[in-house]
Amino acid sequence: MRATCWYGKKDVRVEQVPDPKILNRRDAVVKITSTAICGSDLHLFNGFMPTMMKGDILGHEFMGEVVEVGPDVKNRKVGDRVVVSFPISCGNCFFCQQQLFTLCENSNPNAWMAEKMFGHSPCGIFGYSHLTGGYAGGQAEYARVPFADVGTLKVPEGMTDEQALFLSDIFPTGYMGAEMCDIQPGDTIAVWGCGPVGQFAMASARLLGAERVVGIDRFPERLRMAKTGAKADDTINYEEENVYDALMEMTGGRGPDACIDAVGLEAHGGHGIVYAYDRAKQAVMGETDRPIALREAIMACRNGGTVSVIGVYGGLIDKFPIGSFMNRSLTMKTGQCHVQRYWQGLLDRIQNGEIDPSFVITHRMRLDDAPHGYDIFTNKEDDCIKIVLRP
Amino acid sequence: MATGTKRQQQGNGEDGGGGQGARGASGPAGQAGQVAPGIRPQSRDGGGGLAQTALRNMSGEQLARGLGWFSLGLGLAELLAPRGVANIAGLPGRHAGFIRLMGLREIAHGVAIFAQGRRPATAVWSRVAGDALDLAALGACFASPEVNKGRLAFATANVLAVTALDVLAAQQLSAEGGAGRGSSTQVKRSLIINRAPEELYQFWRDFENLPRVMHHLEAVRVTGERRSRWVAKAPAGTRVEWDAEITEDRPNELIAWRSLPGADVENSGSVRFEQATGNRGTIVRVEIEYAPPAGALGAAVAWLSGNDPGQQAQESLRTFKQVMETGEVAVSDGTVWDNGYLTQRPAQPVSSEELGQA
Repeated sequence: MRATCWYGKKDVRVEQVPDPKILNRRDAVVKITSTAICGSDLHLFNGFMPTMMKGDILGHEFMGEVVEVGPDVKNRKVGDRVVVSFPISCGNCFFCQQQLFTLCENSNPNAWMAEKMFGHSPCGIFGYSHLTGGYAGGQAEYARVPFADVGTLKVPEGMTDEQALFLSDIFPTGYMGAEMCDIQPGDTIAVWGCGPVGQFAMASARLLGAERVVGIDRFPERLRMAKTGAKADDTINYEEENVYDALMEMTGGRGPDACIDAVGLEAHGGHGIVYAYDRAKQAVMGETDRPIALREAIMACRNGGTVSVIGVYGGLIDKFPIGSFMNRSLTMKTGQCHVQRYWQGLLDRIQNGEIDPSFVITHRMRLDDAPHGYDIFTNKEDDCIKIVLRP
Repeated sequence: MATGTKRQQQGNGEDGGGGQGARGASGPAGQAGQVAPGIRPQSRDGGGGLAQTALRNMSGEQLARGLGWFSLGLGLAELLAPRGVANIAGLPGRHAGFIRLMGLREIAHGVAIFAQGRRPATAVWSRVAGDALDLAALGACFASPEVNKGRLAFATANVLAVTALDVLAAQQLSAEGGAGRGSSTQVKRSLIINRAPEELYQFWRDFENLPRVMHHLEAVRVTGERRSRWVAKAPAGTRVEWDAEITEDRPNELIAWRSLPGADVENSGSVRFEQATGNRGTIVRVEIEYAPPAGALGAAVAWLSGNDPGQQAQESLRTFKQVMETGEVAVSDGTVWDNGYLTQRPAQPVSSEELGQA
């Protein structure tokens, strides 16, 4: 089959590789009909994630048709049209039973590696380094899906691929970001980063009853989409105005009730000197992540408010404003999205017409064009926000 | 289990006494080397009987400290004046980069020795491995026409002398630190599993199930009511075998075993099943004690080659948990069990040919 393989920093190639097979009794093999490049794939593309190996197949947002099932798969059969969750979860362990699917204790064969880095291991993830299991990803023609009963959701007839695809990751991720804000009537929610996850965080904050939603970014096309697609009330271009001042202006000096960091470890902006400091520390591996958006979100959040972190971080940060965080009774909630906890509810909302997630798509390409897709997505060329690939 | 604990206590007792004794006996040498312990006898190495007596009177710890200082000194010299070092060893100056790297490695040995506290056995064994590297590099240089062979031979002789010291120190430390002369390794690991103690006990009690969760085991055959025959994979494609007997068996609570005389690797162990708080399953506690085939050196080689028994026990428990909770062993295309080792390959499906071989 053809698959998008990682070969190094800014080097991905679509290559011919062997077809996947059933390796365990609870596996299924899915023939992929649509797959997407995620903003978090860019962290791999840009070489920020350790434990990648040359030849690793990328991709953790995909859907398609079940073409083979192992003997212990109970609720899926050949021919089912399914979307696949990016977390690989067993459904049996302590955490899966609490619906904390990305904390599954049994799906990461390299848990020892993650334990060394994080203290404890998260779940296995498709196409996302060997630290999360070394699973082949879904930017390919086929993929093996372990624990298929837990990791797939049936897509009803009549729903298009483009409507269902983002249930694999970014829609539930944005939704969880908003849900963690515990939104009350009258709340103002500010979202750092108007990439696809930020768009879904804003749209979900709206679905969950936020009164005012503010999107923060520097690309005009993303700020435009925030207003037209995600229905944000206001946007702030951080290259044009000071984010803190603008938010205080909007809220009469109190600050947003909750702030969502949908940016993660490759943030830009902030004060020129501080940004240069973070770039330099990151370059010499003094810190792995640049927490510019996170620092700003903490400083801007109202007293007693919540900071919700869904942007991906991988290692260590510097200059965490713990004084602001502690003295002002802030709460931080965070996590990789427990997709399987949200996707049925969100699928219902799509079916009810409450939201059409396809609004984030700006580019459609053939699988073979994936390397070009990575280039324009990482450089934000051609107003690229979300790329869907068709094998 | 009871057996294991008793043995361990005995071992610790002897070991404490032995360690004290060794330190006590080395009193005079310790005083002599108060400022920089170990440096002076070392500089006299090769001077004959006097140095050897002094060395024998030193504890491994004192010797290790001396070697630690030596590592730091040599490392700094290699790092800061690689050309000077190259000149002394008769090597061309263009090897400066490599010598700098070796300097960094030396410094790491030194730091490790001081960081490892009172019994830096592992750090000193790592010096032995470093010596092997140095010797290999020097050996390779003999083939080069650009070297000054006389100086190179002198440098090699010096490294050999230091290697001898390293081995002596490491052996002393391992002997002081281990449970007696046989130097056994003890491993304790635990993991919480979301299943009832009865279920876990049942799986474990049939030892023939264990190769499924312990990737280093090839086979276990039950040969009697309390007896079984074990075959395990060992480094370099070899295998070790032993007969074991159950020494204690408390249903749903505890199983203890030990190897019978004639074992390739003398070992004993226990597994305990303990109800976790709040109905959250069972905490499984494993204790294993064994005498590595080649004593402390074998343990160090195993550690260097990544075959760390602690890690092995941890992975076995993890796999046990996977099988008991999910019914299968987690595998990915990029992470496979190969001859008992968890190994990484590109995250791509394996071809049918490869699968056939495996």
